[in-house]
Amino acid sequence: MFTRLANPTRFLGLADRLLPWLAGATVSAFAAGLAWGLVLSPPDYQQGDTVRIMYVHVPAAWLALSIYLFMAAASVVGLVWKHPLADLAAKSAAPIGTAFCLIALVTGSLWGEPMWGAWWRWDPRLTAMLVLFFLYLGYLGLWAAIEPPDRAAQAAAILAIIGAVNVPIVKFSVDWWSSLHQPASVMRLDGPTIDPSILWPLLVNALAFHLYVATVLVWRLKAELLDRRLRALTLALAERT
Amino acid sequence: MSGLQAFFEMGGYALYVWGAYGVTFAVVLGLGLASWRGLKAREQALARLEAARPRRRGRP
Repeated sequence: MFTRLANPTRFLGLADRLLPWLAGATVSAFAAGLAWGLVLSPPDYQQGDTVRIMYVHVPAAWLALSIYLFMAAASVVGLVWKHPLADLAAKSAAPIGTAFCLIALVTGSLWGEPMWGAWWRWDPRLTAMLVLFFLYLGYLGLWAAIEPPDRAAQAAAILAIIGAVNVPIVKFSVDWWSSLHQPASVMRLDGPTIDPSILWPLLVNALAFHLYVATVLVWRLKAELLDRRLRALTLALAERT
Repeated sequence: MSGLQAFFEMGGYALYVWGAYGVTFAVVLGLGLASWRGLKAREQALARLEAARPRRRGRP
């Protein structure tokens, strides 16, 4: 499947067919997630209405991590197999991951202040997420600063691959070290420990976030491919005159 | 009306809950809009350029 999608024209054709569905599904999922999270679900017996922050904070954090892993995987494919779309897929995903990492940090801080009495602590998980944010910024910076694009792709790919070690550190930090942040209550081997009345709105919002990522990723990847064509055409036009 | 008021007050945590949702959707909408507009701009630029070179369209 991936070798078939490697053809940019074929990818663009598929993208055009998928996009209306993706965009519509994203909006619907967000509408449902917001209604469920903000209105229909109960406040927590300990945390009150601040538990509603979880419905944006947790999906954002999940995606900040999985997008980085996606970038690392795409970078490996780009470096090893020279798949033409791989580096562009990683480049397209990076701003989305950066945005979600920022959302996770800020919403986490807004949750931490009323619940822990602290806007920030140099806690293992929080620190590792901040490191992830800097890795994202570094990745974006490499693409922006290096010419030609092939060299930028290589440098960025190496940063993505090396930085991927941070992802399991974030995930397991709450188990390996004494952490202020609560341990996993969903992604656990014996299953979630959250009450269904709170788990379900969380999952619906997580779905909305995933659909959003898919939609925006396709938009950005299309834009990257068009950029390449634009550069080639501009070059060819310049050579003619 | 007090149901609506309770909704806005979020049990006294209005600043934190609405701050969190506000930041989230500002970023989500901002990035979405920027990405979509970037795509549209490139589509238009490409259409203009390809109109200037009809001879090469479709050839490798």
